[in-house]
Amino acid sequence: MLAALWAADGPLPARRVRERLTGDLAYTTVLTILSRLHDKGMVVRHREGRGYVYEPARDEASHTAQRMRSLLEGIPDREAVLARFVSELSAQDEHVLHQLLSEHGGHGEGERRKR
Amino acid sequence: MLISVYVPFVVTATLTVLAPRMVRRLPPRPAAWALACAALVTAVGWTGSLALLAFTGVAQIPQIAEEGRWSVAALRAEDPVYLVVAVGSALVLTAGIVSLGVAAIRQARHLIRARRECADLPGEIELAVVDDDTPLAFALPGAPGRIVVSRGMLRCLGNDEREALLAHERAHLRGRHHLFQGLWRLTAALNPLLRPLAAAGGFVLERWADEEAAERVGDRTVVAHAVGRAALASAGASRPTALAVTGGAVPQRVRALLAPPPARRRLPFVTGGLLLAVCCASLANAASDSDHMMDSAHRVLCAAHVSTASAPRAADDQREPDFCCGGHDRLQRGRHRA
Repeated sequence: MLAALWAADGPLPARRVRERLTGDLAYTTVLTILSRLHDKGMVVRHREGRGYVYEPARDEASHTAQRMRSLLEGIPDREAVLARFVSELSAQDEHVLHQLLSEHGGHGEGERRKR
Repeated sequence: MLISVYVPFVVTATLTVLAPRMVRRLPPRPAAWALACAALVTAVGWTGSLALLAFTGVAQIPQIAEEGRWSVAALRAEDPVYLVVAVGSALVLTAGIVSLGVAAIRQARHLIRARRECADLPGEIELAVVDDDTPLAFALPGAPGRIVVSRGMLRCLGNDEREALLAHERAHLRGRHHLFQGLWRLTAALNPLLRPLAAAGGFVLERWADEEAAERVGDRTVVAHAVGRAALASAGASRPTALAVTGGAVPQRVRALLAPPPARRRLPFVTGGLLLAVCCASLANAASDSDHMMDSAHRVLCAAHVSTASAPRAADDQREPDFCCGGHDRLQRGRHRA
């Protein structure tokens, strides 16, 4: 849920958050989780119209981003500790990837547009 | 001893050539376990064999033979190992152990740092989103482990793909993949021949997490797209200075995900298991041979000592040091008393 909020361009009402989740959660469950996240200070909400809109609480000091990037520097032997989602690509890899994704593109792109 | 002590080297070399090729086409979870076993057993076999070879050389140094009370001449007569081989083994073994120590300290430091970062990350849930446009995503082991994803990464993925990314990272944490990685790194530090095994292991862990994510999301194509899109986004954001270190790991993962799940096969695992069993058996055989050899060298010295000392020292044989071993010695004393 937090990931969905972060991926959004702006604050979202609970209904829209629910649309962005893959599981089939009930509206009330989404509301409960959102208010719990709000209690923990991870989400901020503003009143808009009759309900609330939610957005992720930003880390104002934002040292975290820098710390995380420094964690990734000097990879080779840190890789043993960090499991990164994707590794670096060479120019050739990039080309191959584009091809692979476009060959099987219909499915993914279609799904993206649907939402 | 003549042959068996070298068998672990042959097994290590065979596995280091064959295993990385084999495991890429196997189901990743058993493949990762097999690679971990292979790395551990061959590392032990390698160290054990080097130690045995080195020991036969060291045992021939007169001062040490005196300390250990065995006959250098008998050892030389029986010893099937060239001194050069023994010295070489001692050097390789020392270098391996030093490098293992360095790697272990480094590993421990990284783990401690990761653990601290896990605790320091904001938020109380597993996911920590970093307010950063650079696409990055990784699992940070700790107690509990955290998943770190940047806003940039989340924005370049669709809803399903986001789920796939989180499932992938969660699989890394649940499977304690950092322990596998650590084991491979340490064994590769001890024995550089095992480096290909470590590299293959890294790839297999990613595949493992991919497959688990696919199971969780219920669609292999979605995971393939998530991996592909994330990689392309990261590549666009920062062109790596050292290219192609990964040798096309991401396209391989995407290809594997677009294909049907890998079939279960038994033969490669059985073959690997047999090789490892042979490695263990021959190490045990070499060790027992070496033990016999030292025993007989010891007995030779005893016999020599007894025959030279018995005449002049027959009277005070109570002081005959507990120098000679077990039965042989007691037999001699018994005879004296009688």
